[in-house]
Amino acid sequence: MTQAILQLQAIEKSFPGVKALDKACLNVYPGQVMALMGENGAGKSTLMKVLTGIYSLDEGQIIYQGETRTFNGPRDSQAAGISIIHQELNLLPELTIAENIFLGREITSAFGRILWDEMNAQAAALLARLAISHAPQTRVGDLSLGEQQMVEIAKAISFDSKVIIMDEPTDALTDVETQSLFKVINELRAQGCGIVYISHRMQEIFTICDAVTVLRDGGFIHECAIADIDEDRLIERMVGRKLADQYPRIVNTHQGCRLAVSELSGLGVNNVSFNLNKGEILGFSGLMGAGRTELMKIIFGASAKTHGEINLNGNLIRLNSPQQALDAGIAYISEDRKGDGLLLELSVKENMSICALSKLSSGLQLRHQDEIAEVDQFIGAFNIKTPSRDARIGNLSGGNQQKVAIAKGLMTQPQVLILDEPTRGVDVGAKKEIYDLINRFKAQGMSIILVSSDMPELMGMSDRILVMHQGQITGEFDAAQAEQETILACAVGKTLNKDIA
Amino acid sequence: MSQSITAQPFYKRINKAWLIEQKSLIALMCLIFVVSLLSPNFLTVDNLLNILRQTSINAIIAVGMTIVILTAGIDLSVGSVLALSGAIVATLIGMDVPVIVALPVALIAGAALGAISGIIVAKGKVQAFIATLVTMTLLRGVTMVYTDGRPVPTGFSETADSFTWLGTGYLLGIPVPVWLMAIVFIGAWYLLNHTRFGRYIYAVGGNESAARLSGIAVDKVKIAAYAICGSMAALAGIIVTARLSSAQPTAGMGYELDAIAAVVLGGTSLMGGKGRIMGTLIGALIIGFLNNALNLLDVSSYYQMIAKASVILLAVLIDTKQKA
Repeated sequence: MTQAILQLQAIEKSFPGVKALDKACLNVYPGQVMALMGENGAGKSTLMKVLTGIYSLDEGQIIYQGETRTFNGPRDSQAAGISIIHQELNLLPELTIAENIFLGREITSAFGRILWDEMNAQAAALLARLAISHAPQTRVGDLSLGEQQMVEIAKAISFDSKVIIMDEPTDALTDVETQSLFKVINELRAQGCGIVYISHRMQEIFTICDAVTVLRDGGFIHECAIADIDEDRLIERMVGRKLADQYPRIVNTHQGCRLAVSELSGLGVNNVSFNLNKGEILGFSGLMGAGRTELMKIIFGASAKTHGEINLNGNLIRLNSPQQALDAGIAYISEDRKGDGLLLELSVKENMSICALSKLSSGLQLRHQDEIAEVDQFIGAFNIKTPSRDARIGNLSGGNQQKVAIAKGLMTQPQVLILDEPTRGVDVGAKKEIYDLINRFKAQGMSIILVSSDMPELMGMSDRILVMHQGQITGEFDAAQAEQETILACAVGKTLNKDIA
Repeated sequence: MSQSITAQPFYKRINKAWLIEQKSLIALMCLIFVVSLLSPNFLTVDNLLNILRQTSINAIIAVGMTIVILTAGIDLSVGSVLALSGAIVATLIGMDVPVIVALPVALIAGAALGAISGIIVAKGKVQAFIATLVTMTLLRGVTMVYTDGRPVPTGFSETADSFTWLGTGYLLGIPVPVWLMAIVFIGAWYLLNHTRFGRYIYAVGGNESAARLSGIAVDKVKIAAYAICGSMAALAGIIVTARLSSAQPTAGMGYELDAIAAVVLGGTSLMGGKGRIMGTLIGALIIGFLNNALNLLDVSSYYQMIAKASVILLAVLIDTKQKA
């Protein structure tokens, strides 16, 4: 194996009460993509923060290009040639793409005047490399989440770094965007860049990475070439035990139609009709911006509908607000946990009960004991790992936050549960727990709409799959017979009929 | 619940985290301790009651302000609402309307005036600062037009005498405004901690879109918060009017800033969603004690402003240091 360009050796880092890193190691080789794997809380992000100097290390050393180095912050490490693309976007929505890419290092003349033409031209070249079809003068706030992620990647590439760390870069990307990202990664690899690729998506790891390093509980577990390991053994190494079947499908024993949507139109949604049966999981596939979230928000009463009707259990319902939807028995768990899903400053308890407070109070007065009992019951049933019910929810891991979000919807005892990307940013172990929960609700006869960009998840969990493209339904599949290729074809706009296919 | 914090004995809860949490209370204690060493007249029952009575106006306004700030808003119009409500109640008392009728009318008027701000913020989607800057100016103008720029006397009737008791009277040896302040704080504490509406206030301030998607009627919560703030300002206006036996058209100018200072000193975040009502009480008391102490120590009123500003700056700096 070639000499590593970057070596992290026996890194230790403690926070008050927790040992976040315990002899963690990572080698990055030039011209290779190193996958960094581990469950949430395994120490991946902490290790990256130690590397870029956001945290100081307690023990161990960082050897970069043959020298022992310490970095005093992201600026320092970036100057040395180490770039990091964070999971959370760090863009200014009011500035243009070019302004964001060159923020803090604008291209100026000798007198400090910004050379806009030069800057925009360089930005345009970067965008072309990433196959982003926007002008560099476009306001970043006008881009989709996925496109914003691509701008973030363009920014990292613009530094001509020798080491690029990508923390869940494809989380918000569509399949098409992911493909163009992979093309760029291949280019960078050919140029001799060392890349650290952090992701929960197994498929991507096996597609794009050359080697893999596994962390567990802050410690180094394993490093090997990707060709020498398979998915099951990799997951075993990550969680430290064997996992049973990832998608335990159960047979629907309930019958009858729960929700009938006909000719529904609204912002980003055009003439959508479908039925949802009792005890059914209905999957929604599609590219980013296909109108899936928009459709769900109309059904949930959070956006206005311009045409069409919704029937619940055979009765026509009119929903003008989420409040009415919750009362009618429809709950929606947002795809954007931090943006409009959770109240990050409030406690686990307060988040979980916020939709159901009317059931938990007598007149104006809250019944604290009932609330606590109910919350504790969900914490137990969902196996939510939290120091206490009064802990700030922002301090929980992504998987546990998501479980609280689902519990919040369930506390209203809905008949229809809409889950929008329920496992985004959730680690393998917690994903399995969420799948088991979803199946448990299904067995109870709850109707579930599962919106997901994770194709194996969608095909493994759903009974039927609907595909959307530009606000319309372009395909319907029985999940047992669905194939990834045909679903994708529908998602990019080819209208297929399952009978013909 | 066995692991519940409240089940622990009091002394076990005094640890570092608790000290940080209670820093405004500790600051207040230190202030009292230092001043009582410096001035023998400070720690007397008369002076303490005096301080509480002087603090009550600002503290009552600050209760409403806390609720509005918790929704991530702000209300600059409290001083104007105070003046207009004061003028209304003075007029009613002057017309010999019984106190039992005049008071609710003035409180409801204050709530309605506050609700105007709330509607502009919630329905008009105008930033709270701008919206209440508008209502502040507007309502001051209305007050001036209504009073013609002159004080409104409450007259010398028996009604006026019983009305004056609200500002100057004592009950069980404690000034009436202090009783009112206590009632208001207990009510606000109950509202914020033991009702659905209270939880919704924190939710709306913490993350408005999440609150909306959780089925909370965000607009109604906001309007109600401003209405409560308006009625608190009206109550303060009633006390001020009762104390002076007349309503001044310029009453309450600049009171919004003292109220905001009390809220911030009490540890409530101006970003919304985070804060405790009892913190506001302590914040108001710090300002009240400081004013009194500087008076007792013969500090000129010019220097008092500088001293007050320094204390507030110091408190806010400590607060931000901790979060960083």
